[in-house]
Order: sequence, then structure tokens, then C-alpha cells
Amino acid sequence: MKRFFILFCLILCNIFAFAQQPSNVEMADTMRSSGKIYVVIGVICIVFIGLAIYLFTIDRRLKKIEKGN
Amino acid sequence: MKFIYQTWWKALAVLLIFSTLITGLILPVPRLPILHETIRNLYFHVPMWMGMLSVFVISVYFSIKYLNTGKEEYDLAAVECVNTGLLFYSIGLVTGMLWAKYTWGQFWSGDPKQNSAAIAFLLYCAYLVLRNSIDEEQKRGKISAIYNIFAFPIMVVLIFVLPRMTDSLHPGSGGNPAFGKYDLDNGMKVAFYPAMLGWSLLAVWIATIRYRIRLIEYKRNSID
Repeated sequence: MKRFFILFCLILCNIFAFAQQPSNVEMADTMRSSGKIYVVIGVICIVFIGLAIYLFTIDRRLKKIEKGN
Repeated sequence: MKFIYQTWWKALAVLLIFSTLITGLILPVPRLPILHETIRNLYFHVPMWMGMLSVFVISVYFSIKYLNTGKEEYDLAAVECVNTGLLFYSIGLVTGMLWAKYTWGQFWSGDPKQNSAAIAFLLYCAYLVLRNSIDEEQKRGKISAIYNIFAFPIMVVLIFVLPRMTDSLHPGSGGNPAFGKYDLDNGMKVAFYPAMLGWSLLAVWIATIRYRIRLIEYKRNSID
């Protein structure tokens, strides 16, 4: 499970890397288009992914306790 | 401690956050250069720090209570609050980095705010390392409680005071007004304040769940 998460996160890093190929100069790349609204979307995604990963770790911990029964 | 088993405030947290997802993205915001639409991150990046702060405050409260009474439960509550706080801390740092990339130009530009936030992050990581390195239960509880009580004001100074006294790109630093003074108009407050309260409550909720699991683990271990 853990490996999949790490893989998933790394794949997501890739998306951001693709979005900023023309560096420094403000070009019409995805992240800067439409008044940079995609940055907000990225932030919301990071928040949600963080919470989701944390939920899975809590779930795993609870599973361990349940198995103890 | 009955409070943590009640449901109404958890429902309130969900409602508040859900409302800010809509109001935060739809309501009009001030038109500012460079920031453009990213000003909406105010509803999603800043509340992370508010959530972190509220669980850290609760953690200090329980550390003091532990030193007063010596009850193991308070120690467990303090630790789980720090654990949850570190989650919000990391989310706050990463979202801040993404925001910085498109407004300041780089993910990490060595800005005073970023650097001192990183130092304070290590401060709290050291707390967990310190805790895990002591085997004896009472000793561990006492030392980590005292460390926690001292780490909190240092963290506050590092993140919220020192960067404001120097020149920083972050709003609220070096004569650079925070959003509160000029930019945060009344329209933004409609989405901002519910977000602050909602995410704080969510952080507390996660901390209570972790605490309840920890309590079961602790009771089971002490029986065996």
C-alpha cells in the first residue's frame, strides 16, 4: 500500500514539472492561464491528498488494533 | 472530555469547510497584480496554519495538565495533537511552496518566513524523536511535556514574529501589510473566517480520533 502512495505522489510531481517547462518568463502555460486559477486548484488538491494519505495511515493503525481482538 | 465524543461540532466543521469550498471559489475577490486569482489560496493555505496552531495550543494545554496530574492519558493527548499538527504543518508548507512558485518565482526562495517555518518544523520533529528515544514511561512523559511547552513559544516566535521584523515576501512582513489591513475586504471575510474555524475544528477532530485509538492501544498494552 505504502509503495503505491509514494508512486502516486511521484507521478503527481511529474504533472507539476510538465506545467513549468518555460521557466521564469510568464508564458501562457497551464498553471499561469486564467488568472493563475490552476494554482488554487493545485493547492486544494495538495490539501486533499495530504488528508487522504493521513486517513489511510489512521485506518491501517485501527486495522492493527482490530486484528488484536 | 465528553466533548470529543459529541457529533455536532464535527458536522459543523464539515459544513463550514464545504461552504468555503463554494464561497471561496465563486465570490468576487480584489483584483491585484501578480496574485491574480491565487488570492483565493487565502481560504485554503492560511487555514492550514490555523488548524496547526489550534492543535498545538491544545497539545500545550495537555502537556501542562500532564505535569500537574501525572495522568498518562494527558500525555497521549498531547502527542496525538502534535502528530496532527505536523500533518497540517506539512500541508501548509507544501501549499505555500506551490503558491510561492507562481507569485514569488521559486518554490523555495530562502525567504525568512519559509526558512523559519522549516526550522520550527524540525523543532517539532525533534519532539517526536526525543519522545521515541526514551523507554521509561514517566520519564518520557515528563521530558516530552516540558520540551513541548518550550517548543510552542519558540515556534510562534519563529513563524509569526521574527519574519515580520525583517523584509520578507510573505504578506505581513517588514512594513508589507498582511491581507487583513487593505486587501481583505468584507467580501473575503465571508469565506475566510468560516474556513479558519472549519479547518481548526477538522484538525481537532483528527486529533481526537488519533487520541481515541492511542487510548485503546495504551489500555491494551497495560493489561497484557
